[in-house]
Amino acid sequence: CCCCNEVGCKPGADGDDSLYPIAVLIDELRNEDVQLRLNSIKKLSTIALALGVERTRTELLPFLTDTIYDEDEVLLALAEQLGNFTMLVGGPEYVHCLLPPLESLATVEETVVRDKAVESLRKISQEHSPVDLEVHFEPLVKRLASGDWFTSRTSACGLFSVCYPRVSSTVKAEIRQHFRTLCSDDTPMVRRAAASKLGEFAKVLELDYVKSDIISLFTALASDEQDSVRLLAVEACVSIATLLPQEDLESLVMPTLRQAAEDKSWRVRYMVADKFSETFVSLQISLCFNCIHSVLTIWLSDLCLLCPVSEQELVSDTNQHVKSALASVIMGLSTILGKDNTIEHLLPLFLAQLKDECPEVRLNIISNLDCVNEVIGIRQLSQSLLPAIVELAEDAKWRVRLAIIEYMPLLAGQLGVEFFDEKLNTLCMAWLIDHVYAIREAATCNLMKLVEKFGAEWAQNTIVPKVLGMANDPNYLHRMTTLFCINALSEACGQDITTKQMLPVVLKMSNDQVANVRFNVAKSLQKIGPVLDSNALQTEVKPVLEKLATDTDMDVKYFAQEAISDANVEQRLVQQAAFIFPADQTCCSLAGSQDRSEQRNTVVSITACNLMNSRIACTNPSQTVSFPNFFQPDLHAPVHSLFSAATQIEFDQTNE
Amino acid sequence: TCSSSSTPNFSVPSAEKVDGFPRRSMRRARQRRSHSSSQFRYQSSQVELTPLPLLKDAPVAELHDLFCKKLQQCCVLFDFLDCVADLKGKEIKRAALNELVESVATSRGVLIEPLYPEAIKMISVNIFRTLPPSENPEFDPEEDEPTLEASWPHLQLVYEFFLRFLESPDFQPSMAKRYVDQKFVLQLLELFDSEDPREREYLKTILHRVYGKLLGLRAYIRKQINNIFLRFIYETEHFNGVAELLEILGSIINGFALPLKAEHKQFLVRVLIPLHTAKSLSIFHAQLAYCVVQFMEKDATVTEYIIRGLLKYWPKTCTQKEVMFLGEIEEILDVIEPSQFIRVQEPLFKQIAACISSPHFQVAERALYFWNNEYILSLIEENCQVILPLVFATLYRVSKEHWNQTIVSLIYNVLKTFMEMNSKLFDDLTASYKVEKQKELKRDRERADLWRGLEEHQDRRMQMLTEAARNQRNLQERGERGDPPSPSSPQTSHSDQPELKPSGASSSSSGGGESAT
Repeated sequence: CCCCNEVGCKPGADGDDSLYPIAVLIDELRNEDVQLRLNSIKKLSTIALALGVERTRTELLPFLTDTIYDEDEVLLALAEQLGNFTMLVGGPEYVHCLLPPLESLATVEETVVRDKAVESLRKISQEHSPVDLEVHFEPLVKRLASGDWFTSRTSACGLFSVCYPRVSSTVKAEIRQHFRTLCSDDTPMVRRAAASKLGEFAKVLELDYVKSDIISLFTALASDEQDSVRLLAVEACVSIATLLPQEDLESLVMPTLRQAAEDKSWRVRYMVADKFSETFVSLQISLCFNCIHSVLTIWLSDLCLLCPVSEQELVSDTNQHVKSALASVIMGLSTILGKDNTIEHLLPLFLAQLKDECPEVRLNIISNLDCVNEVIGIRQLSQSLLPAIVELAEDAKWRVRLAIIEYMPLLAGQLGVEFFDEKLNTLCMAWLIDHVYAIREAATCNLMKLVEKFGAEWAQNTIVPKVLGMANDPNYLHRMTTLFCINALSEACGQDITTKQMLPVVLKMSNDQVANVRFNVAKSLQKIGPVLDSNALQTEVKPVLEKLATDTDMDVKYFAQEAISDANVEQRLVQQAAFIFPADQTCCSLAGSQDRSEQRNTVVSITACNLMNSRIACTNPSQTVSFPNFFQPDLHAPVHSLFSAATQIEFDQTNE
Repeated sequence: TCSSSSTPNFSVPSAEKVDGFPRRSMRRARQRRSHSSSQFRYQSSQVELTPLPLLKDAPVAELHDLFCKKLQQCCVLFDFLDCVADLKGKEIKRAALNELVESVATSRGVLIEPLYPEAIKMISVNIFRTLPPSENPEFDPEEDEPTLEASWPHLQLVYEFFLRFLESPDFQPSMAKRYVDQKFVLQLLELFDSEDPREREYLKTILHRVYGKLLGLRAYIRKQINNIFLRFIYETEHFNGVAELLEILGSIINGFALPLKAEHKQFLVRVLIPLHTAKSLSIFHAQLAYCVVQFMEKDATVTEYIIRGLLKYWPKTCTQKEVMFLGEIEEILDVIEPSQFIRVQEPLFKQIAACISSPHFQVAERALYFWNNEYILSLIEENCQVILPLVFATLYRVSKEHWNQTIVSLIYNVLKTFMEMNSKLFDDLTASYKVEKQKELKRDRERADLWRGLEEHQDRRMQMLTEAARNQRNLQERGERGDPPSPSSPQTSHSDQPELKPSGASSSSSGGGESAT
């Protein structure tokens, strides 16, 4: 079969041979200018294609293997290219030809090059037949694993797991031996690499070997002299825990994990905290599969024993990194522990952390409130929660304030409308006049989400008057905030509130002395237009926009004109839609939606799509996009882009 | 996203302006106050220290016993983040440490064997700790104030004691080596990452003494320093004590025996040279360049490795680093042997030419200063036949194009020097400049043609592939319908489909199709 490939491609390849002698191509790959060399390496596949598979194997690859000393940038590109070269050397049966250059690349100093070479090796390992894997690939792994310099041994660590599952048991034993050796390597770099691949390697091993080999390696690495090695071992713990049966965990994994939780290095403790719930979640899932209730109880009691020791240790940790990592996972534990255990063991820790001096710790706790809410209900906590929230809301770092704003809708939903009105409403309004724009913007968005949650009536009574009151603020930034809020709220509040309460304020602001406010009035009118009824549009909005369109400030003029033309296009499109409309079932059902603005958007989108389609059909009939395909992805896209596209098309059509 | 207004300001009354930006200076001020500490697990709160009698008042018979007790007392650690906590205890420890330092430094016969384990234990307990994470994650050693060690009042005295201990005439390496072992040294080296420069200064002197006195640890120390550097270069890019470690190495290299061992050459090529790639090179460049030059002065045969290594890692975008590299090259050229110079002159002067044409005037200027160095100038003169053709085109072009007048006049001087060195060659090169330029343009055109051809060829093949695939499909469909395959179809006979399939496509299916035909 392979022969007929070669013969088959001869007629085409012959002519090219004379055109592209290898010397010319190699000259390109050797050019003095690094940039040119890099360019040609990046187009290596083009060169290989020109040479044909045989000459790629016999001439190009040996050249590449020999001239591996180059700029790391070039080597990186080469390592990447070679991962996709299988077909260019003649398919899987020749894929092993790629091993020599990749082997050299896997030994270079520069980490990114080495990593890329390993990535490519992992990729092409899948294309090896089992026989080739043993004959060509596995020996390469062994050579790397016993290389002189640490770089090749580091690279070897990433290759064991890809060849292990597909080789014979004798070779498997050798691979395990090599991995063991690297785990106790002389240089910490190699031990780190081995530790970071421990979890991955454990996954492909047979359970017996996981118990005999991996556990001892895990224990050894977790007590390495270097903390950088120890923490990677902790990371591997997550995958090892998923592999072992429940009854073995206590004896095989827990002692090491406990020891790591009390490690003298904060980095290791951090990792334990970070992986805490991840490890336990995996434990719980496997428990569910076992469905043995008694084991569950035993395990739970053990966990409670463990928690007070290690968690309290960690909570009172002096290091804020560790604490904040722990805070983010501690709440995840509540679902595992159940209500009583959570109240007994976690709640005190939780409350202690809410008072922590580091804002990140407090924030992490609050951000995971949903877990607690599920288990014990948030009401239990509301009194302790409030001071923490208030303090975060006024934190000096704006990013902290921003983060707490983002949790407001969630908190509001869980605490209920009364609690919210009483305690949190003032905060939400105060953010609107924050001196950082990002906070004001987030606060606006927050109000919208709150209205969606609590309804238009609530909005009308609580926030709308306050927002509209800001329209008379002496600070123009606050006046603009009113407009931004109106933009965000009009849809959620509905036509009635928008027309009766918001619109008059917006219209009044069109006389503002600051141009920024005026053009934002134009933008707002454009934005809330779809929510208003056509009468208000014609009698109230239009005259104001027309007046703004003659403003002395060019930006005001611009945005006013934008708004006017937008309104016009929309009207026309709606009219046209009547003719083109019944095109597609999906669209029809969407158009029949109760929600008025959704309906309108749908109509407009469909119309725009139709227009575009008909235009495509006119110019190039073969490329007509079928309607549903074209329409679907655009359904949620901003209607605006469709508007402008539609206008353009319309304009073109008129010209034609 | 932190701007106060999303639109440009028009004529807004200044009172209305809201400044939404956090003031950098304020942030700085807060940082400067920050101290961090070493995360001791303070067990001290339970232990109440009581003052012991003074060493100088102790009768000779009790001196050692008292010394030992004081050492044990100093193993108690205090919380320095809380500056008012346990002031009495802190004072007692401070006084005890002072006495110990004084005693080791001045009196003879104090250091007897049983005190060694106690002293090393006291030192270990106090200095060995996991360093806290940096307060400022984007800590820039050049710009920012370092975070200082809060427990320094005690720590300094412990370091002082350790140093006096090592330097004492009574110090016996044979006794110390049982306690100052590999594990101890490894922990000592980890401390070099301390952000506090005062601590690193002590560590530097101490490590140097340890290296000098405990011969059995030398190879181990060198190996561990290697590991620290390699981790710094290839993994973390962060280690505060690189400059201090290099300073120690500078004097270690000085003491290497000749001929250089393979281990030492490997250290030069695989550790010292790659250190040049570090982002924070400016912090330790002086020490690094010193080490490199030390190597050259030891053994001139390493010159080529060094120069080629530097050229390999030559900065591409960072002009500040480029200036440092040029400085180092000049230091190297200052001591280079003429025979070695000949081996590297070609690649070296290509790079120098590239630097001269740098649009950044400091880079160009630094390179042109080489012609002010008499020794370098003499080397250039000896090899004018080789060097002038390498740099001529650049000099000629840059002299006409560079925006900076200083550069232009420096180049004129260089050109003048060359003209005086070898006027015939100079004239020849001037005459052939235009022709060479034309040739270069032609080569560029040819290259563009070549690639265009290659790409067209690729497109053609891809098209053939798609056609072949289509025919294959048709053929199979026909086969399924029971039609006989058409022998006249041209594509079926020479389908090179498996070879041309874009990567990732499964081969087994196409292979199957092939054998069917």
